[in-house]
Amino acid sequence: MHTRIYACAVLFVLVSGGWPQTAFAAPTGTEIEDLKKQMAVMEEQLRFLRRKVEQLETQPSSAAPEAPTENKGIKTEQRLKDLELQVGQQKAASRGLLSPFNPKISVNGIFSAAMFSDKDNLNFGDHDPQVQGFNVQNVELHLQGTVDPYFQVDTNIVTTVKKGDTTIELEEMYGTSLALPANLQLVAGQYFTRFGRQNRQHPHQWDFADQPVILNRLFGKDGLRGPGMQLSWLAPTPFYLEFIANAQQAQGEIATSFLSKPGETIRGYSLLDRPVQKIGDLLYMPRVVTSFEPTEELTVAMGGSTLFGPNASGPNNTTIIYGGDLYVKWKPVDHVKGFPFVAWQTEYLFRDYEAGPDNANGIPADRLKDFGLYSQLVYGFYERWAAGVRIDYVNSSGGGAAVPFLISQAQRDLAGERWRLSPNLTFYPSEFSKFRLQYNLDFAESRRREAVHGVFLQVEFNIGEHAAHTF
Amino acid sequence: MENRMLLLTVLAGGFFMAWAYPSDAKLNVIASTPDLAAIAREVGGDRADVTSLAKGTEDPHFVDPKPSFIRILNQADALIEGGADLEVGWLPPLVLNARNPKIHLGQPGRIVAAEVVRLLEVPTGQIDRSMGDVHPFGNPHFTLDPLNGKLIAERIKERLCVLSAADCPFFTTNAKQVEDKIDSRLALWQKQMAPLRGTKVVTYHRSYSYLAERFGLQVLNTIEPKPGIPPSASHARDLITQMKAEGVKLILMEPNRERKTPAFLAQQTGARVVMIPSMVGGSKEAGDYLALFDHIVKTLLMDAGQQLP
Repeated sequence: MHTRIYACAVLFVLVSGGWPQTAFAAPTGTEIEDLKKQMAVMEEQLRFLRRKVEQLETQPSSAAPEAPTENKGIKTEQRLKDLELQVGQQKAASRGLLSPFNPKISVNGIFSAAMFSDKDNLNFGDHDPQVQGFNVQNVELHLQGTVDPYFQVDTNIVTTVKKGDTTIELEEMYGTSLALPANLQLVAGQYFTRFGRQNRQHPHQWDFADQPVILNRLFGKDGLRGPGMQLSWLAPTPFYLEFIANAQQAQGEIATSFLSKPGETIRGYSLLDRPVQKIGDLLYMPRVVTSFEPTEELTVAMGGSTLFGPNASGPNNTTIIYGGDLYVKWKPVDHVKGFPFVAWQTEYLFRDYEAGPDNANGIPADRLKDFGLYSQLVYGFYERWAAGVRIDYVNSSGGGAAVPFLISQAQRDLAGERWRLSPNLTFYPSEFSKFRLQYNLDFAESRRREAVHGVFLQVEFNIGEHAAHTF
Repeated sequence: MENRMLLLTVLAGGFFMAWAYPSDAKLNVIASTPDLAAIAREVGGDRADVTSLAKGTEDPHFVDPKPSFIRILNQADALIEGGADLEVGWLPPLVLNARNPKIHLGQPGRIVAAEVVRLLEVPTGQIDRSMGDVHPFGNPHFTLDPLNGKLIAERIKERLCVLSAADCPFFTTNAKQVEDKIDSRLALWQKQMAPLRGTKVVTYHRSYSYLAERFGLQVLNTIEPKPGIPPSASHARDLITQMKAEGVKLILMEPNRERKTPAFLAQQTGARVVMIPSMVGGSKEAGDYLALFDHIVKTLLMDAGQQLP
């Protein structure tokens, strides 16, 4: 009998994570202190379990003096069996498929049916509904796990299918530090730049079926990301205030405002093959973000970011991008499953791109300036239902010296004035799936300001254990 | 000049020390839900500042991970969570971004209440999400059994003792007091609730399984066809048939849930809808852990037309 009690207790302690993993590392002075503390906790756990079993043996008389008759009928033996079963079940559940050390795995797929009034539509994002008919917008495999006592790693492997061809790419894999001192946190690897609010979000987190126009214009069809390192500091203020310093490689189609891809053009200026040669050729970003709650039902988060780095239209040319973001969410204190809510999200971006001269094509140096904003309001009006409306506005100046035939239609679409209105309606059968119907009314200077209409019906599925999102 | 530098250094050092080692000796305890916070307040007394992240009126599965919580957790000496996946949708990124190793898993400052209670409704067969928001570890609404409150108080006391050994006798006395109070009140509650033993009830969500088990209510079914899945017409039809056949006269639900379906079921079957909070702070009468049960017992007895002895 006693052997079983102790076996039970030891199993329970092991399952409940009491075993100190740090015991396998070479201990330092503070680690020895930690180990001592953890040993003390384990001893407490053992003592507690012993007491609990004793308590169960004497129940119901001691715990509930007036315990009902059916409680009295439960024999200690049965209680112990229950406890053993529970330990076994918890152990089985915590081991998942194979091992508790396996990462959490989830797969998310977003598909859509799209109809446009113009076959050359204006949806340029890689994860937008882009073609008439059915689209694979994004299939994402997400893996998250803890490396050791110092890092957690997130990985996103993304698949898209364009015209029947499948591409697989490593969208992100980055480690986040767990135990840096002085409120610091390090992120290292390949990751979306924490510029503003939406750039770092994955398509299944978006409130609309497609990318905002200004993000597409300045950060490219995939958003701004790359390999790099980011250090952030949580300020010791009574409210949330975080400072972020970031350095990243600025090459490829994932950094279109910067070194981008050789051979591409921007408003007629050819981009050179400009590799990173010195520390100044990296992309740098300071960001500050804060949040406060004017009432217990209202949360405000706002941030400001600046990006500066080299661009490939000349050997020493640079680009600067400024951005401000605001997110306000109302959610009553008696919500059910997160409904109802109202969320208002706005981002403003401005880019100053130092272009040329492009001597081969005879285009003098110029400053290409772009600015734009999107503002969206989403109202979760009933459990599982949300209605939203988004307005996009972008405009640009500079780059008019290039002769028109040097500028492709695709490049023309990425300049000039454009505005777009997008209402939508989303139904969430559960938190793991959704249907979204969206209409886009789009006017672009590059299309003689004639309306381009788009209608999308989007469906999303999520399986597995997807890590929770930040606010 | 050197003096000025020295002064600046001392000031900067002082600022850093003041920030890194606050002079306030109270333990800063954060609880994910108000129930756990209420128990921690009883144990910690005036030597612990206790804050709850979720509010008693909100759905504890769907709390927004507000950035202000990151700041709160950054300053925590201890984090008490329910566990069993109750907070899986919002707590992990907050803990990651709080940069506070004291509240990481396995540390004395991370208190997981589910580790010390016997969980009900632990799935024994295969499970998948076609069964709704099923909890692989069991039903996480376990604070509605007062005896679980005792076990949680004991665990909180053990951990606070590790975190502040000097205050251990104080925490031990407090824990003993709250456990004794629960014992004596439980005896009273069970006496009061005796006439309701065996009453068949339907609940909206599986929020009251522990309460029902302790006080001998029989939960026959839920208005949700599956955990977390909203009511459907076909399920409502089946439920009406079942409630009539079994003579169910009581529907229990939290005040914040939609009331159309319960009202319809009540109208069709002659049952009464009774709203009781599932957490401390869920109604103004449920101000602390004992008051929560006082209020629930009183509400159920008033509904049943029983007078308090």
